[in-house]
Amino acid sequence: MKLQAQTLACERGGRQLFQGLEFTLTGGEAMLVTGRNGAGKTSLLRIICGFIEPTCGRIRLHDRPEACSIGQLCHYVAHEDAIKSALTVRENITFWARFFGAGDVEAGLAAFGLGPLAACNAGLLSCGQKRKLTLSRLKLVNRAIWLLDEPATGLDATAQHRLCRHMTHHLAAGGIVIAASHTQLDAPFTVTLNINDLSAGMT
Amino acid sequence: MKERTGKQKLMYRYASPTQFLVLLRRVLPWCTGVTVVLFALGLYGALLAAPPDYRQGEMVRIMYVHVPAAWMAMLIYTVIALASATALIWRHPLADLAGMTAAPIGACFTFLAMITGSLWGKPMWGAWWVWDARLTSVFLLFLLYLGYIGIWRVIEHPGRAARVAAIMGLVGFINVPVIKFSVSWWNSLHQPASVLRIGGPAIAPSMLWPLVIMGLAYFTLYITLHLIAMHTGIVNRRIRMLELRKIGE
Amino acid sequence: MFTAIIARDIRLILRQGGGAGMSLGFVLTVIVMIPLGIGPDHEVLSQIAPGIMWIALLLSVLLSADRIFRADYEDGSLELMGLGVLPLELVVLAKAVVHWLTSALPLSLTTPLFGIFLNLDPSLFSTLGLAMITGSATLSLMGCVGGAVTLGLRRGGLVISILILPLYVPILVFGLSASVGSMGADHVFNTSFLMLIAFALASVVLCPVAAAGILRAHFR
Repeated sequence: MKLQAQTLACERGGRQLFQGLEFTLTGGEAMLVTGRNGAGKTSLLRIICGFIEPTCGRIRLHDRPEACSIGQLCHYVAHEDAIKSALTVRENITFWARFFGAGDVEAGLAAFGLGPLAACNAGLLSCGQKRKLTLSRLKLVNRAIWLLDEPATGLDATAQHRLCRHMTHHLAAGGIVIAASHTQLDAPFTVTLNINDLSAGMT
Repeated sequence: MKERTGKQKLMYRYASPTQFLVLLRRVLPWCTGVTVVLFALGLYGALLAAPPDYRQGEMVRIMYVHVPAAWMAMLIYTVIALASATALIWRHPLADLAGMTAAPIGACFTFLAMITGSLWGKPMWGAWWVWDARLTSVFLLFLLYLGYIGIWRVIEHPGRAARVAAIMGLVGFINVPVIKFSVSWWNSLHQPASVLRIGGPAIAPSMLWPLVIMGLAYFTLYITLHLIAMHTGIVNRRIRMLELRKIGE
Repeated sequence: MFTAIIARDIRLILRQGGGAGMSLGFVLTVIVMIPLGIGPDHEVLSQIAPGIMWIALLLSVLLSADRIFRADYEDGSLELMGLGVLPLELVVLAKAVVHWLTSALPLSLTTPLFGIFLNLDPSLFSTLGLAMITGSATLSLMGCVGGAVTLGLRRGGLVISILILPLYVPILVFGLSASVGSMGADHVFNTSFLMLIAFALASVVLCPVAAAGILRAHFR
C-alpha cells in the first residue's frame, strides 16, 4: 500500500497555504507534520480525507479496494471530539463501533483504560478524558491510514505513552500514520514535513 | 494531457477569466447598440403602432412590458440552473460567477413582472394584488430568486456558497414546474368560473410583432447587463486576490 | 449503521429534548391566536380551519429544520459520518427519518386534534390527519435540505424560510385539497392524495442527494 501526494497546493480564504507539496508513504511508515499555527497542517489532513479539494495536484493511494474512497480507509481524529455529552462513554463508543461497521467495543474501551468510566455520562468527563475517548475510536475498527490532528492535546504522560504504543503497533501491522503535532510524540516517525517551508514564494 | 473534444475546447477556451474579458470587451458595445435599437423599435411598436385591445383599450399596452419581463424571469432562472449544472458537473471556473451575477438581474425582471402584472390587473379586478395562478407563480419565482441570492450573501466562504447555491439553484429549477402545476391546480379549485386571461383568448398579428420585438429587446438587455455584471465580478475577484496577497506579505 | 444513527439520535432527543415539544408549543400558539385575532365567528373559523392547521404544521416543521444537523456539525460528528461505509446520502435519510419520527409525525397526529378549537368539521378529522401524515415525510425531507444550507450560520433563519417556502407550497396546496376532499369532489381527493404520495417518494430520492451535496460543501 502506498500513499502518494503529488504537487499539492492548497488555498484557504484567498491565501495560498502551501504549494508543491509531495510525499510518498508506504505501509509501516509514519509522517510528522509540523509548522506554525495556520500554516495548513489541518488543511493537509483534510485534503487527504477528501473533505477539501486541493487547488492543484492530487493524492493517490495505490493498491486499494476499488469501491472505497481514500476517506473511507482513514481514521480522522480532528480538533473536535465528536462526543455526545448526553450519552455514556460506552454508548458513544458503541455508536461509532456500529457506524464504522462491526467494531470492537471492548477493545475501544480498553485502548486508553476507559473501562471503569464506561457507565459515566460523557459530559462529566474532563478534557483529557474526552480526548482519550475520541482517540479510542482508532482501536474500534481497523483502518489503514491514521490522520491525527494534535492528538496529544490535553493528554497526561501515561495517555501519551499509550497513544505512541498504539501508533507503533499500527505501523508494525503495516498501517500509515500522519500526525500533525506541536508536542513531541515518541513514535517512530519516518518522515518529518514542515509546512512552513512550503508556503507560497518558498520551496 | 488527454486530447480534448471540440466542444470541450470551446468551453475551456473561455474558462480563463482573461480570455473571457477580452471577448467581453469586444462584444459589449455591439450588445448595447442592438439593445438600444430593439428597444426603440419595440417601444414605438408597443406605444404607437399597435392597436388598442377591443376589451381592455389602451391598458393592454402594459402587456408589452409585463409579458417579456415574465419571459425573462423564467429564462434567467433557466440560465442559473444551467450555470449551476455546469459548475457542479464540469467545475467550469466562471460558471458559479455566471449564476451569481444573473440572479439579481432575474430578480429585477421578476419584480417588474409582478408590479406590471398588478398594475395591469387593477382596472380589471379592482384590487392591487390578485392571487391568480400567474401572479402567484411569479411571486413564488421571486422568492426562489431571493433565496438563491440569500445563499450568496449569507454564507461567507465563497467556495462553499458557490457549491450550495449551485445545488439549491437546481433544486429550485426542478421545483418550478411542480410549483406552477400546484398553483394552477389550486387556482382551478377556488375559481371554477373562467378567469379573464391576461392577453385575451388569442393575440392578433398586429399586436404580436411589437411583443416579439420587445421580447428580443429584453433579451438583449439581459445579455448586456449580465456581461457587464460578469465583467465587474471578474474584476472584483482580481482585486480581492491582490488585496489578500498584500495582506499575506 | 443506518439504524445505529436512528437509535442514537432518538436516544439523544429523549434525553436532551429537541423533539416535537417546542414545535407543539408553536402550533398551539398559532391555533389559539387565530380565533383571538379573527373573531369567534363559527362559520368563518370552520372554513379556514384546515388551512390554518396546515400552515401551523408547515411553519413548525420549518422552525425545527435548523436543528437537524446543527449539533452533529458543531461537535465534529457529521464529518466523521461522511467517512463511514454508509454513503452520506443515507446518513441524511437516517436523520430525516429521525426528524420525521420525532417532529413531523407527532405534529401531524396532534394538530388535527386542535381542530376542536377552530370548529373543524368532525368529518374532516380523519382525512386531515391522513393527509398530514402523508405530507409530513416530504416536509421532513425538505427540512433536511433547508437545515443543510444554513449550517453554522447565525443569520440562517430568514434564508431557510425564503428558500423552503416555495418548495412547501405544492405540499400545502395538495395537502389542503386532500384534507377537505370528502366535502369536495371525489377525484380531487384521489388526485391530491396521489400527488402527496408522489412528492413523498420523489423527496426520498432527491432530498438526501441534494442535502448530502450541500453538507459536503460545508466540510470544505
